[in-house]
Amino acid sequence: MSERTVELEVLRYNPETDGEPHFQRYSVTCREEWVVLDALNHIKETVDPTLSYRWSCHMAVCGSCGMMIDGEPKLACKTFLRDYPGVIRVEPLAHFPVERDLVTVIDDFIAKLTRVKPYLIPKEEKPVAAGEYRQTPAQLKRYKQFTLCINCMLCYAACPEYGIIPKFLGPAAISLAHRWNQDSRDGGRAQRQEEIAATEGVWECSFTGACSEVCPEHVDPAAALQQVKIKSTVDWYLAHTMPWLNK
Amino acid sequence: MAEQVTRKPYVREVPRMLWFLRHPRYMRYMAREFSCLFIGAYTLMLVVGLKRLAEGPDAWAGFLAALGSPGAIVFHLFALAFSAYHSITWFRLTPKAMPVQIGDTFVADRVISGAHYAGWALVSLVVLWLAGAF
Amino acid sequence: MATSNKPIVWGPFAAGGTLTAFLTPVLILLTLLAGLGHAPDLLAYDALRAFAAHGIVKLGLVVVIFLSLWSAAHRLRITCYDLGLRADTLVATLVYAVAIAGTVAAAAYLLRLNPV
Repeated sequence: MSERTVELEVLRYNPETDGEPHFQRYSVTCREEWVVLDALNHIKETVDPTLSYRWSCHMAVCGSCGMMIDGEPKLACKTFLRDYPGVIRVEPLAHFPVERDLVTVIDDFIAKLTRVKPYLIPKEEKPVAAGEYRQTPAQLKRYKQFTLCINCMLCYAACPEYGIIPKFLGPAAISLAHRWNQDSRDGGRAQRQEEIAATEGVWECSFTGACSEVCPEHVDPAAALQQVKIKSTVDWYLAHTMPWLNK
Repeated sequence: MAEQVTRKPYVREVPRMLWFLRHPRYMRYMAREFSCLFIGAYTLMLVVGLKRLAEGPDAWAGFLAALGSPGAIVFHLFALAFSAYHSITWFRLTPKAMPVQIGDTFVADRVISGAHYAGWALVSLVVLWLAGAF
Repeated sequence: MATSNKPIVWGPFAAGGTLTAFLTPVLILLTLLAGLGHAPDLLAYDALRAFAAHGIVKLGLVVVIFLSLWSAAHRLRITCYDLGLRADTLVATLVYAVAIAGTVAAAAYLLRLNPV
């Protein structure tokens, strides 16, 4: 197994002692097949136990280890060291406050995710005895892509509009709202529109497309947001030109 | 009793103006958005053209002559490049905004984009033909 | 939170973005050809005068000019915000006003073109 030495430049911030973050350089002897997360684990285990970062599954499912790697939002568990020839710069996800080292404060995203009600609001309530809410393969296909979101927040770190307008509901939350709106079993669209069709909802999106470029699960949030814009626009014009449709 | 943990999150500010220099994809985005300056300016130029047309043959001849000035030619070349970039990006993103599902599958993005590119080419040829450019 | 009225401005932006994507490059090509001394037949005074005097053509030109100006104005509004000019209400009022003024001016000039 071939080994080589990799230089990592990691952003460090200790809220108890530091006024502002600084970079710390680590040399790591790593194996060919290592990802950035392996190198961080190696540093924490053998060099510097004070280094803080989030991770869990090491297989691009849990969405915990999102960080900026050479300026690009990436999952550290999916980013191979061998793809980076020089010093690798590792920073916490952009646009989020830094809690400590590579750990960010994600309260804003969690609050927004909660607001869009990303769960089934049944079109018609029925007792358990009445059986399942059935769905055809075509109805499943309609939203399946948007179920793949792992809440890793890479799209928020990539979205310049979220950086400029922190109130913006953002790519993942709106995509997940769209996922449920597209579900044939769901009847909660009117409730979700209150959030996603608000000014701070989808209308702060300028279709940079960065969210879809960085999404590790190919959810394509940018597509979801454009579809929400079109549907919301059709809603608005119908409501204002054909008032007899309003109940 | 656990030790009191100090929380003092550090906020890294986004540069107010030149944030888009941080990544090539942001620069491509700004180039796309800058196309609006050329499309807007060109359309205002067309309005001026209508004014000259309404003023009579001499005014119109003057307008046509002004189109031949070096400044106008350079402007046209930039406007052509930026408006074509707008068209390319717009049609490339169209399948995202308007996906077409047939049964269990979505029509491939490249088919939807391709149809729009073909339509764009057809519209351009028809306009050139109607205007007697050939 | 209430749903936004942004669709009022976004609807014409999206329509204009699509229209300009199809049409603007070839229009630029026409006037570029004229500038280079190869003016297409339609740009001769008599031909264009007669063409633009049709009611349907007038309507079409006003629609094209409105949607083109509006989509450019809307994009410019967002670009101003992106570039740090955060007085959004002022910028929006200004750019949309220019788009409407340009459209009204175009309509006024076209109304002066009576059928020959």
